[in-house]
Amino acid sequence: MKTVLEAKNINKYFKKPVLFHVLKDISFAVNQGEFASIMGKSGCGKSTLLYILSTMDTDYDGELYLNNELITGQEREKLSYVRNKHIGFVFQFHYLLSEFSVLENVMLPAKKLGEKTHAEIEHNAIEKLRVLEIDHLAKKRASRISGGEKQRVAIARALINNPSIIMGDEPTGNLDSYNSDNVFNIFKQLSDEQGLSLLVVTHDIDFANKTDRIIEMGDGRIIN
Amino acid sequence: MMINWKVIINIAKTHLLTKIKQTATAALGVTFGIGAYITLVCFMTGLNAMLDDLILNVTPHIHIFNEIEPSKKQPVDLYNEFQNTFNVVHSVKPKQSQKRIHNALPIINYLNKDPKVRGAIPQIKEQIFYIAGSIELGGNLTGIDVLQEVELFNFKDYIIKGTPQALSNNDNGILLGAGVAEKMSLKVGDRVQVSTIGGDIFPLKIVGIYQSGIADIDNIQSFANVKTVQRILGQAENYITDINVKLHDIEHAFPLSKKIEQQFKLTAIDIKTANAQFETGTTIRNLITYSVSITLLIVAGFGIYNILNMLIYEKMNDIAILKATGFSGKDVQLIFMSQAMIIGIVGGVLGLLIGLGLSHFIGSLPFETEALPTITTYPINHNPNFYVIGITFALISTFLAGYLPSRKAKKIDPVKIIRGQ
Repeated sequence: MKTVLEAKNINKYFKKPVLFHVLKDISFAVNQGEFASIMGKSGCGKSTLLYILSTMDTDYDGELYLNNELITGQEREKLSYVRNKHIGFVFQFHYLLSEFSVLENVMLPAKKLGEKTHAEIEHNAIEKLRVLEIDHLAKKRASRISGGEKQRVAIARALINNPSIIMGDEPTGNLDSYNSDNVFNIFKQLSDEQGLSLLVVTHDIDFANKTDRIIEMGDGRIIN
Repeated sequence: MMINWKVIINIAKTHLLTKIKQTATAALGVTFGIGAYITLVCFMTGLNAMLDDLILNVTPHIHIFNEIEPSKKQPVDLYNEFQNTFNVVHSVKPKQSQKRIHNALPIINYLNKDPKVRGAIPQIKEQIFYIAGSIELGGNLTGIDVLQEVELFNFKDYIIKGTPQALSNNDNGILLGAGVAEKMSLKVGDRVQVSTIGGDIFPLKIVGIYQSGIADIDNIQSFANVKTVQRILGQAENYITDINVKLHDIEHAFPLSKKIEQQFKLTAIDIKTANAQFETGTTIRNLITYSVSITLLIVAGFGIYNILNMLIYEKMNDIAILKATGFSGKDVQLIFMSQAMIIGIVGGVLGLLIGLGLSHFIGSLPFETEALPTITTYPINHNPNFYVIGITFALISTFLAGYLPSRKAKKIDPVKIIRGQ
């Protein structure tokens, strides 16, 4: 099976306030179509790991591969491009651009990528919203919709460039159980039906148990 | 990787429109700065031009005359036997010589043939006394060719009563200085007696009143025809004391004056040497204009800097999410730079329009003063270059004001913002 994301011997240190070895020799891989979750107690370094995998944090030792291409050491401009094209994000807090409409929020990464025409991007964005059953909100301002809806808009935005992998940092952490289940079902469906890879950091044991694979972390190491 | 300007400008525009009050405040700062600059610079340079004209119109580009000065070579210097000795001559006095320019008429003809010369005209300057009743006033009477003076030196502007033709048609006419006329209660049509230093008295008819706007001149100066003055002095028709030259290009004044001095052994003063202080005045007024404008623009620049800084602080989350979804630091910087430049362009263009309106308004205000007979409204110099400078100013200052905050935005670490929640 094809490997989408691979980490080899990743080590990270926090230098302030005191030198602290956060991630200790982390190695693992995520395959195509796999729905993996990272579990662990607060402070075990699971979010830190996710941001390294996301290419946003470049201050680490070790090697990171995306689609078998070495990402470590690339220029920032190139990393931005990689995030834009290959990685979709869903955060705990919804992080939409509140002054833009739902549709514009979803379209923005595709406009940045600039591979398609405006009409195509708009069509795709509406399609993504429809899949997530929020196409009726398209013209609303992002600040005027509910929390559960915002998270679905964020998922639509993560999907717009058909990324290789979707990463989530506690994507259900701020949602009630109904919306939480909803988000999980969407992820599951994307994984099963479209063969999308997902890597989700979560506290929620019920959520994790339903995923294909749980990567358990403790004290900066992968325990399981 | 190419920059997707459409997306960047769109984000910048949305940010600005949702913060329309702050945007308007920042843009108004620029508008005010540029508007003030345009108004000030148009008015100041208009004033400069007016003050310069005041002098330049009545001042020849080259003034040729015979300076009374002691000979540089004393007779002893010509004597070979004393060549290598140290000679001291006490109490050197100028030689008795004439004020007249020898061969003045051929020199005038010669100069008029020079392609650089617009015109060379003769004058006779003589010190006289004005006598009206029991009053005697010292003054200058200048013999002129009035029609040529009108053509070359805008002389007509300074004749506030009467006409140049009236003088040129009257062999016994005099164009009396306004100050003299006032002091002696004389008006056009009256007679004034003129006494030469030699004591001869001539009655002249006042055909007009002359006012230069400079009181010191108007209090002593009068004009008559060249022939009239020659007759008063009892001199022949080739008696000329001064030659005034007007050139096509004022820049030729200095070299030509040097050439004339060498060629004819006369004194020739060019306009820049004679009026160096006016350049200084112009420079200082320009300095004031630019320092005020730059101060206003710096204040406007700080306004933009402040607002962008605030905006970036407010938009930390947006910046983080843009970076997380694939916008590079440079893209984010460009978004905020675009905002600064949009503020600069909108504010700057409005400023130009306000400057245009204000300067036209000032230019239409009546401004009448006795000292400046030709001026009826405030002087304004509508030079398109000022508008180019103005908008360039606006763009440079907003660029600088936007650069520092936008660089901060570029460097924001999205991980810190996202994890900090």
